[in-house]
Order: sequence, then C-alpha cells, then structure tokens
Amino acid sequence: MKTIYKRPEVFTDAVTTYCGGCGHGIVGKLIAELIDEMGLQDNGILVWPIGCSCLSDRYYKMDAYMALHGRAPAAATGIKRADPSKFVMVYQGDGDLASEGMAEIMHAAIRGEKFSVIFINNAIYGMTGGQVAPTTLMDQVASTAPYGRKADTCGFPVKMAELLANLPGVIYSERVTVNSPAHIAACKRALKKSFELQLEGKGMSFIEILSPCPTGWKVSPVKALDWIEEQAIQEYPLGVIKDVEKEDA
Amino acid sequence: MGEKVFMQGNQAMAESAIRAGCKLYFGYPITPSSEVPEYYAKAMRERPEEHITFIQAETEVSAFNMVAGAAATGHRAMTATSGPGFSLGQEAMSYMAAGDIPGVIVEVMRPGPGDADILAAQGDYFQAVKGGGHGDYNNLVLAPYSVQELCDLMQESFELAEKYHNPVILLSDATLAKMREAVELPGYVDEPAPADKYNALRGCGKDKEPHKVVTCGDGPVQWEQFNLKLQEKFKRIKDNEVRYETYNMDDADIILVAYGSMARVCESAMKMAREEGLKVGMIRPISLWPFPEKAFEGITGKKFLVCELSAGQMVEDVKLAVENKRDVSFFGKLGGTTPSPKVILEQIKKI
Repeated sequence: MKTIYKRPEVFTDAVTTYCGGCGHGIVGKLIAELIDEMGLQDNGILVWPIGCSCLSDRYYKMDAYMALHGRAPAAATGIKRADPSKFVMVYQGDGDLASEGMAEIMHAAIRGEKFSVIFINNAIYGMTGGQVAPTTLMDQVASTAPYGRKADTCGFPVKMAELLANLPGVIYSERVTVNSPAHIAACKRALKKSFELQLEGKGMSFIEILSPCPTGWKVSPVKALDWIEEQAIQEYPLGVIKDVEKEDA
Repeated sequence: MGEKVFMQGNQAMAESAIRAGCKLYFGYPITPSSEVPEYYAKAMRERPEEHITFIQAETEVSAFNMVAGAAATGHRAMTATSGPGFSLGQEAMSYMAAGDIPGVIVEVMRPGPGDADILAAQGDYFQAVKGGGHGDYNNLVLAPYSVQELCDLMQESFELAEKYHNPVILLSDATLAKMREAVELPGYVDEPAPADKYNALRGCGKDKEPHKVVTCGDGPVQWEQFNLKLQEKFKRIKDNEVRYETYNMDDADIILVAYGSMARVCESAMKMAREEGLKVGMIRPISLWPFPEKAFEGITGKKFLVCELSAGQMVEDVKLAVENKRDVSFFGKLGGTTPSPKVILEQIKKI
C-alpha cells in the first residue's frame, strides 16, 4: 500500500491548544510538512512569539526559542548572527509583530536579516481575549473597541507586507491566506519559497498569512472563512508584493 | 598573560571581552559606554581573522534581546549600556535569568533619575543588585575598581555566566570607563565549542533531544517548580561566588565600605587617615550580588562608614550584613559629583 498522507515526522505527540477553526493549526502543519520535506530539523532553530502560538515549541521536535513579546526578530538576529549556518524561522502574530515589536521587525528588515518571518494576521488579539490590533479592520468590533475600530483613537489598519516590501533588506514579500484548499496550497508554496531563499543565504523574506480567528471575531468557523474572503482580503490583497529575483530577471 | 598597555577603561574592557571569546557585540550608543561599541565596530573591520560581529541595535530593548538570542546558541555575546539604556534592558534581563541564558551586560553607571547626566554615579545599585526586572531573580553583579579589574572581571563574567547559566552584570561607572591606566591585558581564552555548552540551540536532528529556551508558565504547580529550580541556581551562586577585599582590618576602629570608583577615593582617604594616626580599614565588595556578608561576620567594636555615589543604596545591604547591630554611618554624593579623599577624611573624623 502506498502512503499518500501521514502526520509530519517533526511533530511531537502534543495536542495543540488552538480553538476550533483557528488558522494557526493549518499554518503549523504546513511548516511541519516543509521541515520534513526540506530536511530542516537537523539545523533549524524556531523562534516563537507571545500569543496563541506561544506553546508551539511543544508541537515540534526542534530546537526552539520562545521570545519575549515583540522581540522575536531581535532574538532571531542574535541567533542567526551567532551562527549564520542555521535555518531560523520567526513566527509572530499581529499584536506581537505590528504593535509591541514594530521596532524590532522594522529594523531586522532594515538590516536585511537573513531569516524567514511568518506573520499571522488575524486582525485581532487572540490570546489576551479579542482586543484591537494594529491590523483590525475599520469598524471591526474588538473588546477594546466595543463600538468598532475608529480612526481618531486607533488609526488605520497597517499593511505589513507592503510596508516591509519597501525596504531593500527584504527580498521577498507575499500575502496569502488559509481559508480554502487552493489558498492553503498557495500558502505552502509561499512558505517554501521563503525557506528556500533563506537556505540560499539571501535576505529577509516575509510571508503574511490572513488567518481565521472565530473565537476572537465571535463567529462560527465557517463564517470566519467567509469573513476573510469578504472583508479581510478587501483590506489586505493577496499576492506577491515583492520578489527581487523576478525583478532582476 | 598579555602585554602591559596604557588604555582607557571602556576600550581595555572591550579588548578583554574579545580575548575572552566574545565575538558578538550588540549595542546602542549611550554615554559613557559608547567606546565599547566603537571598539567592536573597528575590530570587526580591522581584525577579520577574529570573526567579530558588531550590530548597532535600534534600541537597548533589541540589543539585550539580541544578546539573549546569541548567547542561547552557546556563543559568547555582550552589550554595554548606561542608565536609561539599562532600564530598557530589564525585560530581557528577567528573561535571561529565567531562561538560563549566559548573557553578559556591562552597565556603566551615570547619574539618574530620568535623562540626567553623564558623570560617575552609583544610583543603579538597586536596579542591578536587586533584580531590576519583573519576577524573582538575581543577576550576578561584579564591581571592578580599576581598569585592570575591568579587564579581569570582564573575562570572569563570561566564565560565571556560563557556569551558572545566568546573566552577569559588570557594574562599571563613568569614572572607571573614561579613565586611563596601565593595564596588563589578559590573554586569549580557550573556551568550549558553542554547541557543546549547556542547552545551546544548535539544531537537534531526529536522534537528539531538542534544546529549548522557554520561560512560559503552564499553571501554578508547574510554575512554582520552575521558580524553585531557579532559586536553587541563585543559591548556588550565593554560596560560591562571594568576592571582596579587605584592607587594614586588624586594628581598625573605623571601617570604610565602598565599591567601584568610590572605593578608589576611599582607599586614598584611608591612607591619608593612617598617616594621621587614625586606625581606618576598608571592606571593598567586588561581588555586589551575592553581597559579601561574610566580610562583616564576627566584627565587633568597630564603626562602619559606607560611602557611595548615591543617596544610600548599598548601605542597606551593609546594615543587613551586620543585622543592624553595629554602628553604620553613610556618606553619599549625588548627581555626578565625586568627593575628594579629603572630603572622606573629614567624614571619618566626624565619626
């Protein structure tokens, strides 16, 4: 009998703490598949954030560093600069990357740190209970924006993939999502591209993933997938925003 | 040992760190510590065979986290900062103590609070010695009082950080950092390969257990155990790493207690007092945490004069060391002023 599907070997037996319908689990599995397929376990160090994915070190049989809130790109800078031969993946949510750690991600990108950044944009703070994030859409309700996000106090949604694409240190920037099988396949291709670029010793690559958070959005898992299609993608268009290799060709 | 040179404190210390195998420097410029990053920046370009990496971080917040990340891989890494920058680094200090990360931090004290000024002070004693960040933890704190000791303790800081898997603070001040003295530079150190060090992140493969730096709790029962284990680490440090020097203790009636550049002033004051026939001795704590309580044990019938460039911080530890049973006086100068030995001598005479 031919095996056509199996649990990625890099996974431990641990069960995730994610809510039903959460996108972290899907992205986490894609990362695990790529670690297996690309043989990254031996030489890889995964840098995890504070947020719903802060227990991720338990899910992978990999060396791991669970960074302070927002500081993952700074810690990863230390790790990668100490040993540039390592594969270093930084995984951050929107509160972590675009609020608490805006300085850290911007300057890691300005320096062109040669690691892969996976950015989970679910337009809300998940772990702390649904507060407003820099990526929350206008008029989207959050526990600290009970009447919806208003510009006078919260400003406007931040487009990280576009923002970082402006910096010469970033060689690849793409926005994907995981709300349909086709989009999940595209997400895996983007992650693979990012990992390959790092193995080639190029600059920073940035993959922003629009990810469902039914609990934070207070909708059903199926409705959350629709919300991405109908709302999130309107604000955050999918696609490759920057690919230096293509521009050079 | 290496050659004798005439060098500035900050620069000699930076050279000593490079020779200790610290090839990774992450820092943000701040007076009076900026010669350290400048020294590394130059060495990185002019000594390519030594594979030195210097990154000027965007903030001290990042610099401390870069040190933490780099040190977690088993490579020696450091930063140097002062006052406000040290405050910004406290989150990462707490993290490194919790995560068993051997980061080395040089804090060149200048006066506070606020933006303040840039001359020598010792008002960051509490912040360095009592934790400074969140949670129950201790930094190992070493306080040199000469350029030579800056160099020697710089090298020892890396040894101790790796021995206990804990951050070590080399507590300098603006006077020590900026003054020039003859110094015998330490030789190059042979250290173990980074990947062989305790819990060093290196990529685990299928057959080895992963190494992880995780400081995240999993409920009160687990987190209490985590904390108790940390406390054992701090106890081991406390039991084994007390350092101090004593001077003229046997016949002394008055014992000065001072550290860092203030101890240099007090040493001169003690000599002047002796020339006048006053029986003055001195205790100079070198490890500020663990505080050398041992140095005060069994001393009776003598008076203590604690001198600091602060409103009185170490004096609290002295009072604890003598269990408030001895006569402890305090003399402090604030704002970046340093008293002359004559001023200390006058204080001695007042007792």
